[in-house]
Amino acid sequence: MLSIKDLHVSVAGKPIVNGIDLEIKAGEVHAIMGPNGSGKSTLAHVLAGRSGYEVTRGTVTYMGKDLLALSPDERAHEGVFLAFQYPVEIPGVNNIYMLKAGLNAIRRHHGEEELDAVDFLSLVREKMKIVDMDESLMSRSVNEGFSGGEKKRNEIFQMAVLEPRLAVLDETDSGLDIDALKIVAGGVNKLRNKDRAIILVTHYQRLLDYIVPDKVHVLAHGRIQRTGDKSLALELEKHGYGWIESKAGAA
Amino acid sequence: MASTKYDIKTAVDQRYKHGFVTDIEADTIQPGLSEDIVRLISAKKSEPAFMLDWRLRAFRHWTTMKEPVWAHVRVAPINYQDIIYYSAPKSQDDRPKSLDEVDPKLLETYEKLGIPLHERAALAGVAVDAVFDSVSVATTFKDKLAEAGVIFCPFSDAVRDHPDLIQQYLGTVVPYTDNYYAALNSAVFSDGSFVFIPKGVRCPMELSTYFRINARNTGQFERTLIIAEEASNVSYLEGCTAPMRDENQLHAAVVELIALDNAKIKYSTVQNWYPGDEHGRGGIYNFVTKRGDCRGVSSKISWTQVETGSAITWKYPSCVLRGDNSVGEFYSVALTNNYQQADTGTKMIHIGKNTRSTIISKGISAGHGQNSYRGLVKVLKGADGARNYTQCDSLLIGDKCGAHTFPYMEVTNPTAIVEHEASTSKISEDQLFYCLQRGISREDAVSLIVNGFCKAVFKELPMEFAVEAGRLMSVSLEGAVG
Repeated sequence: MLSIKDLHVSVAGKPIVNGIDLEIKAGEVHAIMGPNGSGKSTLAHVLAGRSGYEVTRGTVTYMGKDLLALSPDERAHEGVFLAFQYPVEIPGVNNIYMLKAGLNAIRRHHGEEELDAVDFLSLVREKMKIVDMDESLMSRSVNEGFSGGEKKRNEIFQMAVLEPRLAVLDETDSGLDIDALKIVAGGVNKLRNKDRAIILVTHYQRLLDYIVPDKVHVLAHGRIQRTGDKSLALELEKHGYGWIESKAGAA
Repeated sequence: MASTKYDIKTAVDQRYKHGFVTDIEADTIQPGLSEDIVRLISAKKSEPAFMLDWRLRAFRHWTTMKEPVWAHVRVAPINYQDIIYYSAPKSQDDRPKSLDEVDPKLLETYEKLGIPLHERAALAGVAVDAVFDSVSVATTFKDKLAEAGVIFCPFSDAVRDHPDLIQQYLGTVVPYTDNYYAALNSAVFSDGSFVFIPKGVRCPMELSTYFRINARNTGQFERTLIIAEEASNVSYLEGCTAPMRDENQLHAAVVELIALDNAKIKYSTVQNWYPGDEHGRGGIYNFVTKRGDCRGVSSKISWTQVETGSAITWKYPSCVLRGDNSVGEFYSVALTNNYQQADTGTKMIHIGKNTRSTIISKGISAGHGQNSYRGLVKVLKGADGARNYTQCDSLLIGDKCGAHTFPYMEVTNPTAIVEHEASTSKISEDQLFYCLQRGISREDAVSLIVNGFCKAVFKELPMEFAVEAGRLMSVSLEGAVG
């Protein structure tokens, strides 16, 4: 589904990603771990098409298409979803209203009929259960006054409604207490299926106790230093990132 | 939010969709302004002597005045002798007795503008007075309103049919000496709407006036007077459009509101005069004086305005809070795109005890637009317990526009509480990217965010106008983001 080849990315002229190769198939969950500044959030943003990131070399092919040639909204239409690390507040814009606008834009793109308010609301009620969303978050402005945990839940809730093919979860575990983490992870697990690929970008191993990945990649200095299964994450937990970084330095 | 597939071509073509001209035979007088012209206008309307006399006093006073220059706007010099001060559709000579006799071309014009004047097709529950250039061409639901004792008619009819009310109230809120444009209006005003809500009556429907400039080189000078007697209640709204033309046209209106004891007046405006093109050519000069007098105790006047049109807007709907416990409100959204300029705000004059006022102003600047909030909160000595809350927010789109805030406060009573909050923000890339990532196009995202910014004001508008206002914002912002 997703094929990243020799990806190099600079931010303001400074190289951040220095040659990433990654193959992800439908149905797989890949965890991308790494210390701060290793380039993992940059990778997430580049996949979603945020401006300010310059791809200096390499290709990203998604469902047979050149992903980098698409605008961010076109990527969303094609099924790319980013759960933000810091979901932004948009005062005065109703949370559900924005989501409906997004869903209907995606449906239009696929030649499907737009959902009317009634159908949309019943869809929303059903999807809210996935992350145990409080009804009151429906009537509030986008992320405004949400607690950290509520914001992260809202991201996964949006994912549930938009049903992406490729979901990139950028540090969805950060800032969550253990109860919230369990709810969010439970939501993500319910959204795993054979047609959907998920990339978990995370700093900590603990998320992977709840969402068991098919593969774990460890990023440092803008490159994948090691790839393994869940045990790699546990090993990392034991030795710390210094272990990978010193190896990377030596290589 | 556009609910159909977004089509740039259509959107661009629709940028100002009210820009057409109606080809209709008009009775138009020669350009220029003099005592003779004032007499001519008065004669055309067969006015009683008191009216002509008032106009002439206003005219003589106007000749002693100078244009105000304190507003933060650049105005090309206006030659008042080039302007035509009266133009009316010919068919008005033998005025239609009922809606069925109104010139079909006029009905079609308003149909096109989305204001059907046939009562059976009319906006549900809204009575409309349609003002075309200098005169009122139709008023709907007159009979139904009369049953409730409500008078809603063209200003000229009121001068003829209710001279006592006119003499009692005209110019008592905005005297002709008030300012340059108010004096000019008082001398040459041609028509407008008159509303009288008798004691204890809650007006059974929304009242609205729809102003349309059509003729070339004419100015529009209408006057609106609304009187709400004791414990009455009325909601009034006005809309405005004009054809697209390369030259500027002057619109100098006066609105006076009077609320007696326990009366409530809600006045909403959706102003969409032609704003000029993307190079700043043409557009309406909208120089308007609006003031409400909370004359009675516990009376309330609430202004809501959505200003998206006009090349220049110079307008300060204000409240004089004379009665004890009276309440004044001002909710405003002003949008300037391309080369539009707006200097708008309000004055809240606290005279009575325990008077309260609220000011919520949302300014949006895009393109090369210049947007100023100018507001005065004045608390007089006797206004014990007066309270004001002011919130002024500015939103900038792009880096060539400007937002300015000029808040003035004059407080001479120590028990008054006056609060002012202000903010200036830009639409952040983070907000845009968040919307884009959810599949929303850039244009739709901007309009979504701007509408969110305006929400506190839009919610004050009557339902169908709130929807229209949201749509208008999207259209007015076309091309504002690259």
